[in-house]
Amino acid sequence: MNGSVIFKYANPTQFMSLSKAMLPWLLVLTVASFGIGLYGGLWVAPPDYQQGETVRIMFVHVPASWMAMAAYSFMALASLVGMVWKHPLADVAAKSAAPIGACFTFLALVTGSLWGKPMWGAWWVWDARLTSMLVLFFLYLGYIAIWQTIEEPIKAGRVAAILAMVGFVNIPIIKFSVDWWNTLHQPASILRADGPAIYISILWPLLVMILSFTLLFSVLLLVAMRSEVIRRRIRSIRMAKIEGFG
Amino acid sequence: MVEFIAVFKRDVRLAAAQGGGLGLAIGFFLIVVSLFPFGIGPDLKLLARVAPGVLWIALLLSVLLSLDRMFQADFEDGSLEQLVVSRAPLEVIIVAKVLAHWVTTGVPLILATPILGLFLNLDEQAFGVLVLSMLIGTPALNFVGAAGAALTVGIRRGGLLLSLIVLPLYVPILVFGVSAIQSSLTGPSGSLQTMMILGALTLGSAALAPFAAAAALRVHLR
Repeated sequence: MNGSVIFKYANPTQFMSLSKAMLPWLLVLTVASFGIGLYGGLWVAPPDYQQGETVRIMFVHVPASWMAMAAYSFMALASLVGMVWKHPLADVAAKSAAPIGACFTFLALVTGSLWGKPMWGAWWVWDARLTSMLVLFFLYLGYIAIWQTIEEPIKAGRVAAILAMVGFVNIPIIKFSVDWWNTLHQPASILRADGPAIYISILWPLLVMILSFTLLFSVLLLVAMRSEVIRRRIRSIRMAKIEGFG
Repeated sequence: MVEFIAVFKRDVRLAAAQGGGLGLAIGFFLIVVSLFPFGIGPDLKLLARVAPGVLWIALLLSVLLSLDRMFQADFEDGSLEQLVVSRAPLEVIIVAKVLAHWVTTGVPLILATPILGLFLNLDEQAFGVLVLSMLIGTPALNFVGAAGAALTVGIRRGGLLLSLIVLPLYVPILVFGVSAIQSSLTGPSGSLQTMMILGALTLGSAALAPFAAAAALRVHLR
């Protein structure tokens, strides 16, 4: 990666003005995308011949799980950038992404559970995918807890970055072990994604919804990053005041 | 290498001299395992079925309980700083400390498991696999735990945070540890594959975790 490109937006002041200009446009785009996606998902897409109307949960569930994974990857990548290049905004980005990612993970778990009730007859099934999502949720919680317990932001950023990367290395291992565990305990009784080929009328709303969730993530991320930058400024002003009096 | 042996010996001696920590861990292990029959009833068949999982979870919790002492005591009396500035790479020192920790807590706990297996009516023919799977798998608990302990060293209420961080990472070790025992109960040679995966987890964590732990310690002592 070219260092100069990374550092062009490293200046928090520049980030603040740029993000301020971008946010309204992004917001409009997100709302429009959600409008199209939800219309496609709730009205255009046909009900499934087996699952009926409940299949529409998919239009929230799949994008949420996708964003749950993507947000963690983003967090790990930002942590890496923060560790290697000491980029001042990378820590802010990683910290801000965590609660959003955790919410998406939670949303994926809840919608999965709601979908599971009519499909499997139980609110919670120890299905491999649900279980690895649950572990991902725990990883998010640990990461957020690090930020909450260490007060000094730079130190907290470093420690949290190491944890994010350790977690990222572990995600495939956890996924593999959960798949293994699941086949050990309950042989294939789960609905399969590869039924009949996905119709185009189902596919396009799904893709639009994934796009909407990605846009939503970037809007929320920018807002969270902006408030984190402001929070740090307030903190440093306070520190300067205390030192001035001392 | 000299430093490696010196740190290893020092930690083993310290653990032997204090003694209390080990007794506590074994006591905890014993009590957790004996709570299960109270919780799920004295049905011997049911106990035999859940025994591998119960033993592994109790072992995992006992290791977790002893983790926060891995760096904390050295951090408090300042010797951790001496280790960080010493000639030997910090990663090597961490490997020595983890191995010492495993020898002084992991191994005694494992030696206690067959007795607890009797409590839970585990089939005797699984005892060998039980001990073997734990010998192969528990170093991974210590290595991954060392990274967690290093991340939380010197933090208020670090113990609770440590559990939150480390336990999700223990899922794969638990899965393969238990499945090694279960597959030995159903087939004669089914557990070889899971043993090899357990070994891979241990080797992988031994290769990667010291770097994460060293990076974390450097941040905390900066």
